[in-house]
Amino acid sequence: MRGYIIGRLSHLIPILIGITFLSFALMHTVTTDTVDILYDQNGGATEAVAAEKRAVLGLDKDFFTQYVNWVVKILQGDMGNSFVSGAPVLTSILDKLPATVELMVLALVMTLVISLPLGILAAIRKGSIWDQIVRLLSFTGNSLPDFFVAIILLYLFAVKWHVFSFLQADSSTLPVLPALTLAIAMTAKYMRQIRAVFLDELGKDYVRAALSRGLPYRYVLTHYVLRSVAAPLLALLAVSAGSLLGGAAIIESIFLWDGIGKLAVDAIMMRDYPVIQAYVIWMSVIYVGVNLLSDIVCGFLDPRSALQGKED
Amino acid sequence: MSKKKRKFFFFLGLILFGLLISLTAEYILPYGPYEQNLDIALQAPNSTHLLGTDRYGRDMLARTIAGAQITVCSAVAVAFIAAAFGTFVGLFCGYHKGKLTTVLLRLTDVFLAFPVMVFAIAVAGILGGGTINAAAAIAVVAWPKYTRLVRNEVLPLRREFFIEAAQMSGFSFWRILFVQILPLVIGPICITAALDIGTIITEIAGLSFLGLGTAPPAAEWGSMMSGARNLLQSAPWTVFVPGFAIFITVALFQLMADSLRDLADTKSTR
Repeated sequence: MRGYIIGRLSHLIPILIGITFLSFALMHTVTTDTVDILYDQNGGATEAVAAEKRAVLGLDKDFFTQYVNWVVKILQGDMGNSFVSGAPVLTSILDKLPATVELMVLALVMTLVISLPLGILAAIRKGSIWDQIVRLLSFTGNSLPDFFVAIILLYLFAVKWHVFSFLQADSSTLPVLPALTLAIAMTAKYMRQIRAVFLDELGKDYVRAALSRGLPYRYVLTHYVLRSVAAPLLALLAVSAGSLLGGAAIIESIFLWDGIGKLAVDAIMMRDYPVIQAYVIWMSVIYVGVNLLSDIVCGFLDPRSALQGKED
Repeated sequence: MSKKKRKFFFFLGLILFGLLISLTAEYILPYGPYEQNLDIALQAPNSTHLLGTDRYGRDMLARTIAGAQITVCSAVAVAFIAAAFGTFVGLFCGYHKGKLTTVLLRLTDVFLAFPVMVFAIAVAGILGGGTINAAAAIAVVAWPKYTRLVRNEVLPLRREFFIEAAQMSGFSFWRILFVQILPLVIGPICITAALDIGTIITEIAGLSFLGLGTAPPAAEWGSMMSGARNLLQSAPWTVFVPGFAIFITVALFQLMADSLRDLADTKSTR
């Protein structure tokens, strides 16, 4: 087991290098010069001053030296300063992170609460009216862009029924509407996956054997099947966390929820490149980390999956 | 024609018909998508303007129908480019063994490690918005899944007799790749690409909604919704009409892709 975890961790290193390299290269290709941007807001600068600033920032060095310097700085916890506010990027990211995590966790809980019972119901009552309803729901959900779901929810809950205030910028309350928006998009995908995993498992021999030994269906379902589908369901959930992180940018901007996604969108509007860069790296690392964690937990839940990983 | 075939061509026909209407909208609709008339601004849906008018008095029906042009055409183009590039890399990595393959596969892993929309938002943000840039941003993140898919299909084929036979007959590397292998993997690629178009439509519209895609006054669903967001209370139709246009379009593409998959299923079991 320990070997498996170490193997997964070592697999992470090239990916992390790739993520940082790509994010760095992206920013590097920006046509406008960083120093020009810095000084443009103050009415430009003479060539001598600009060159001096370039030397201070290390921008006169070649690409790879710049990349290495930059990575070393990140490892020391310095992700640069915002072009707009001048504040350290890392601080503002860490400031906004709890709000985004709160939103994610609530969205995940909502997703599980909605999709688990519906997905299982669709699987054990395959072909019934329930199955059809789940099918229709997930089809509809898959066809609705998350920002449109956000607008529908805003219209219903804020304009029509006045349940929530129009824009919920207040961080003291739970982000119910934004989380529900994200959960609806995730549920649509996840429900079908739960159904498929359950159907697959229910067709296996051990289920038939347990049933033919006279065990009640409900008992087999809760004690055998539910336990063995936990690992694949967790892995699928971790993969879909990526769409959650991406969706958060749009949803946070719509609901003015003060998280990392909104920070990034605001930064893009103001061409605040260090913040965008930090956003991409943080989101990717979180995504990779979540998937690693789910792999490890799956390894404990189902040691066979750890062995399969080894063969790759 | 089997029932499944008819179903597929029905949805494909609907999509093509809708696209045709959108492309000829200027000639067949009484109002143009960019015709402003402030006297009739923000009219609710009525008999002259079936879906109402926006804040500049432009006809919502005309704008929404014309909006399909940009979104659907760029989504189809993105899906095609991403599928073609990803397939090419996947074919190569599946058949060729060597350092280059290892590098390409690692690169694919890196791209897959980025959450799609996060990366697309960043790329579009850096490139600076606009329809082409938004499409490019999505294409950059959409290709690796084709590489994965194609490589997994190609790997078992490498040991097949007919490939060995082709190798022994002295066929060139590229000939085996494109003439022997590609036709065998094209099916799943097409299905994935068809399923992808719907997702890409929502992503392109999403970028425009954030102001990172097609800019106003161009008739594009995402930017139409974004521009009308603050009218949700007073003139909800200006937001809902383009929203439902996206919904219906994505649903149509999903139905088309599903029926294509069903069609492919019968062939494999026959």
